[in-house]
Amino acid sequence: MCGIAGIFDFKSSRTVTRRSLESMIAKLDHRGPDGQGIKIFDKVGLAHSRLSIIDLVTGEQPIHNEDKSIWTVFNGEIFNYIELRELLVNKGHVFSTKTDTEVIVHLYEEYGNDFVKQLNGQFAISLFDVKHNKLLLVRDRIGIAPLFYTLQDSKLLFSSEIKSLLTQFESAPCLNQNVLDQIFTFWSPVSPETIFDNIFEVSPGQMLIIEDNKLTKSSYWNWNFSEDNHYLDDDDKTLSMRLKELLIDATRIRLRSDVPVGAYLSGGLDSSAIVSLIHNYTDNPLRTFSIGFDEASFDETQYQNSLIKHLNTKHSYLKCTNNDINDEFIDTIWHTETPILRTAPVPMKILSGLVHKNNYKVVLTGEGADEVLGGYDIFKETKIRKFWAKNLDSKFRPTLLKRLYPYLDVSKSNTVYMKEFFGQDLDQPDNFSFSHITRWSSTAKCKAFFSDKTKANITTNALTTMQQTLPANFSKWHFFNRAQYIEAKSLMGGYLLCSQGDRMLMANSVEGRFPFLDHRVIEFSNKLHPKFKMRALNEKYLLKKAMWDDLPQNIVKRFKQPYRAPNIPAFFGTKKNEQLMHLLSKEKISEFGYFDSKKVKQLLRKIEKGRAIGNKDNMALIGILSTQIWHHLFIENFYKTFKQNI
Amino acid sequence: MSIEENIRRYILENYLFTEDQSELDNKDSLLKKGIMDSTGIMELILYLEEEFKIKIDDDEIIPENMDSVNSILNFLNSKHVT
Repeated sequence: MCGIAGIFDFKSSRTVTRRSLESMIAKLDHRGPDGQGIKIFDKVGLAHSRLSIIDLVTGEQPIHNEDKSIWTVFNGEIFNYIELRELLVNKGHVFSTKTDTEVIVHLYEEYGNDFVKQLNGQFAISLFDVKHNKLLLVRDRIGIAPLFYTLQDSKLLFSSEIKSLLTQFESAPCLNQNVLDQIFTFWSPVSPETIFDNIFEVSPGQMLIIEDNKLTKSSYWNWNFSEDNHYLDDDDKTLSMRLKELLIDATRIRLRSDVPVGAYLSGGLDSSAIVSLIHNYTDNPLRTFSIGFDEASFDETQYQNSLIKHLNTKHSYLKCTNNDINDEFIDTIWHTETPILRTAPVPMKILSGLVHKNNYKVVLTGEGADEVLGGYDIFKETKIRKFWAKNLDSKFRPTLLKRLYPYLDVSKSNTVYMKEFFGQDLDQPDNFSFSHITRWSSTAKCKAFFSDKTKANITTNALTTMQQTLPANFSKWHFFNRAQYIEAKSLMGGYLLCSQGDRMLMANSVEGRFPFLDHRVIEFSNKLHPKFKMRALNEKYLLKKAMWDDLPQNIVKRFKQPYRAPNIPAFFGTKKNEQLMHLLSKEKISEFGYFDSKKVKQLLRKIEKGRAIGNKDNMALIGILSTQIWHHLFIENFYKTFKQNI
Repeated sequence: MSIEENIRRYILENYLFTEDQSELDNKDSLLKKGIMDSTGIMELILYLEEEFKIKIDDDEIIPENMDSVNSILNFLNSKHVT
């Protein structure tokens, strides 16, 4: 990955200055430490910070076509660039570099705005068509590469990260309280909004077009599922072979690079599948990286070791301690640029640091398998609740929830509790929110800590906002696919791929590549009947079938362990971080104004007494702390951080 | 695939984690042999409902209907699954 930034002035000529672009791109140094490039036109400026991965010699950006009428700055990778280059050369295009970037300008010449449909990759592209004074901002289908924009007077500013946009703000930004409400419901903002008022993301699969001085949006791809039982009609064996072929190719093209490529190894099925595909079906030298924890319930080291032994991979390992999380949390929020409800991104940042230290710039990971191929417990919970909804009076049906939550007491006396929590919307199983309502309502309990002022400033309903983003044919999909869509668009797009993904990788100048998120894999999986994703409660059924002979049996057969990291214990153990405690003080809570200082004090007291052990307390503490840090970094310190040269 | 093959495969893959047909006899008691526990039975019911588009009532969840491949086949037959 790299960093891109730029400015388009709708009104005046020659207002875009090199100084503005330099200050914007300087904030993206961590994304592209290998070089910078700037190009200024009449009303447009493009800037680029480079992490050199393909064509180390002539790959500097911005890059142009033959007659310099089309220019681009681009962050990401076009994995099928070799095939596209061959196609374009055959059509008469002349290339001056060996980069994947140059494919973009020639492809645009050939196909206009539809060029993007030919790309297989992860990208944020800014393309300027000089002759037509037309600017395109394009983001990949899934939302792997970030791209943000804002309108300031007559200018549109865009960048890979928000901190770069803030260099052009005259005054400190504001927190969007409706989005805070969304984060405290879904763990993520509803695209295209961000926690910053008046700063938006280009949504995954979308293109922003500025043409004839008008800004329009166009969607070129979205998750779409088969309707009315029109699924792929083949047996398990045939479908699992097709899936494997697709995954091998998705992995193969993601190894294209002029620098060595490594892989993350968590010990779960997904990363193990990717690592074994690299080992068994490519000639890429295997190099793996993993992280572990002191606490056994978070640690997967034994499974990592099993695969390392099985494949004989050269491996680097790091143990993440509670103190590490405590020490790294502020810097983590600097990179996420948004409040989070879990500390889980922190170890991912530490892990990318290990990769960087070993002089690797690119890693493949198993991200996306759970969303694409049906792995999450929330899909199981949806199936069980749907199963229960068929006979609401059944004594036996809700007992299946024990499969997910073994601690549940499903005795008669607890039936009321079970119905109260897991029984939500059971009488309305076709509601759009059916699959996620228990998670969302559980998370939303953290809103009890909002101050009266915050509550008064929330003017939209998070669920209604989410519902408005759903595609027209959403209700025609199988309930399992509806759950997949919501998961992909909310938690994956708004948290896993950015706060826990790109931002934690790029904090250490490392690029992540995700074979399970190849759009061909997604499109294939979306045509499968849900029974191929989850057979009864056996998750990722077809993937297990596809990888059965390639992986150690203890990995294929193991129960899924969600990736988690220590939350409250990281901050309230033997070592206290004074700056964090200060941000949680009554004075700072009152000063920033988002939370009720009395309630926060009660929560801290509960934590000090060791009584805060529940999920809600953990989410509330991390949500409050990260919001306080966010305000401190981007609002309280705005002038110091972003305006120091003025 | 016959219904018998379907049920056998489901139990072998999901509870015994194997494709080896010799590990399951149609007369084996799923509970006594430790192949399934009580939530395993409910998961099997979820599977039967999904796969054969039937609905199973609480009073049908008894060992006579669910405890072996043979008893499951008889039960499905009584539900007119063909």
